[in-house]
Amino acid sequence: MINLEKIKKDFPVLNQKVNGKEYVYLDNGATTQKPIQVIDAVADFYKNTNSNIHRGVHHLSNLSTKIYEDARAKVQKFINAEKESEIIFTKGTTDSINLVAFSFGEKYVSQGDEIIVSAMEHHSNLVPWQMLCERKKARLRILPFDKKGELELDKLADLINKKTKLIAVTHVSNSLGTVNPVKEIIKTAHEKNVPVLIDGAQSIQHQKIDVQDLDCDFFVFSGHKIYAETGIGVLYGKEKFLNEMPPYQGGGDMVDHVTLKKTTFLDAPFKFEAGTVNYVGAYSLGLAIDYVNAVGIENIAKHEQDLLQYATEKLLQIEGLTIYGNAKHKTATISFLLKNIHHYDTGMILDKMGIAVRTGSHCTQTVMDFFEISGTVRASFAFYNTFADVDRLAEGILKVKQMFE
Amino acid sequence: MTIEEVQNEIIEEFSMFDEWMDKYEYLIELGRDLPQIDPKFKTNEYLINGCQSKVWLNAELKEDKIYFSADSDAIITKGIVALLIRVMNGRTPKEIMNADLFFIDKIGLTDNLSPTRSNGLLAMVKQMKMYGMAFNAKLNS
Repeated sequence: MINLEKIKKDFPVLNQKVNGKEYVYLDNGATTQKPIQVIDAVADFYKNTNSNIHRGVHHLSNLSTKIYEDARAKVQKFINAEKESEIIFTKGTTDSINLVAFSFGEKYVSQGDEIIVSAMEHHSNLVPWQMLCERKKARLRILPFDKKGELELDKLADLINKKTKLIAVTHVSNSLGTVNPVKEIIKTAHEKNVPVLIDGAQSIQHQKIDVQDLDCDFFVFSGHKIYAETGIGVLYGKEKFLNEMPPYQGGGDMVDHVTLKKTTFLDAPFKFEAGTVNYVGAYSLGLAIDYVNAVGIENIAKHEQDLLQYATEKLLQIEGLTIYGNAKHKTATISFLLKNIHHYDTGMILDKMGIAVRTGSHCTQTVMDFFEISGTVRASFAFYNTFADVDRLAEGILKVKQMFE
Repeated sequence: MTIEEVQNEIIEEFSMFDEWMDKYEYLIELGRDLPQIDPKFKTNEYLINGCQSKVWLNAELKEDKIYFSADSDAIITKGIVALLIRVMNGRTPKEIMNADLFFIDKIGLTDNLSPTRSNGLLAMVKQMKMYGMAFNAKLNS
């Protein structure tokens, strides 16, 4: 069970008033708030420990290095990767995907080859592949989804052919909340020897991730979506691919031997971590994982599913409200529109009532085009949200209706 | 009335509202009352980029003065456009180019000015001034 009272106290941002009202933060899909345990430990690190990693012989540099590598081990354990060396720290999900698009693309993708993505991808798991295809004169194939917001899985097998080099698909849709059956997708792909990248930006914080059980070849996510700092992310990749892929960026800390004529590189993960990495960010991610583990990811998932059910029922009682994304399996994300009221107008008034939601296309214009809308209002919940938050949202929506009707 | 005088008038009107809600209800009313734009201007050519809500803006020169018409798919945005038009309509290109729009801040809508809000208020003001510049160049040619 989750002790919500205690948890809410751990997140200072949540304990304030906005526009004179108790703050209801429902924009967790965009970023999550940070527990005081993470905030304080990061501040302490700068006060007491800070030194650049992998370089110095001195005490603090060694300590810093240890903290950074401990964070890698925590991530490895958290997603059950086989080896620590399969965990690469990046700037975030977008950076991780761009790294794969470049390095995997350089090694394995040639003219006429094909990459498959779904039609519900965040722009960050679409644009890098479009750019790769343009660069290599390859072709991007699209796996569609239906009105409920579920992928049309029966069409996948036909999309895969001998030219298919990679499938990149999101685990959870950021705009619809759909949890995609990625294990099944990976199985289908592997039967035809096609590797799969899973965008875990919207799943890592909501459910247990086991990359070996999924058998995905790449898994990417951002620290800031799972209660850590911004600017840190993870690329998990199977060793067999990481060893073959060329480095993405050149610089210090990723080289084995450098002469003016030729440079040899270190092995993964270091060959993909050029320059001074965000070691404090990695530290904060390790701390956030500790926090999540202490609460228990299963407890988090259970509470969030309860919130989803309660919020869906409550919102559907409101006349003229349409929910976009009605998949069987969802995270606690509700995208909706009120009849004849623009999402921007709804969001503005909710903000005035101290309720933070996101409005717009949520970086998924293709999803909005599918539903022939310009955007939605998105309420995305985290485990620190309460049933009272849902009630406030419902009240807020009724007020919006009253003002615009 | 000068641009400055109209702005002061708007500030006085808004000073009567104690509650945020009344202010927004007034904006909604203004949005609803904004005269319809000629449908031929509701095309991509007249669309202002970078807005979360869509804004179409057209300007015409009549006897050396500029007249705007606009529309938006969001009512609050439309209300803000209505205020801008009230301040800027019937001015010379030079007046529009040099206009100092202080009322937005004074009536507590600065939130809407921040670029991250992307409701395009900044883009709207910029587009109005661009029209001012274009018509000014035309008059001087």
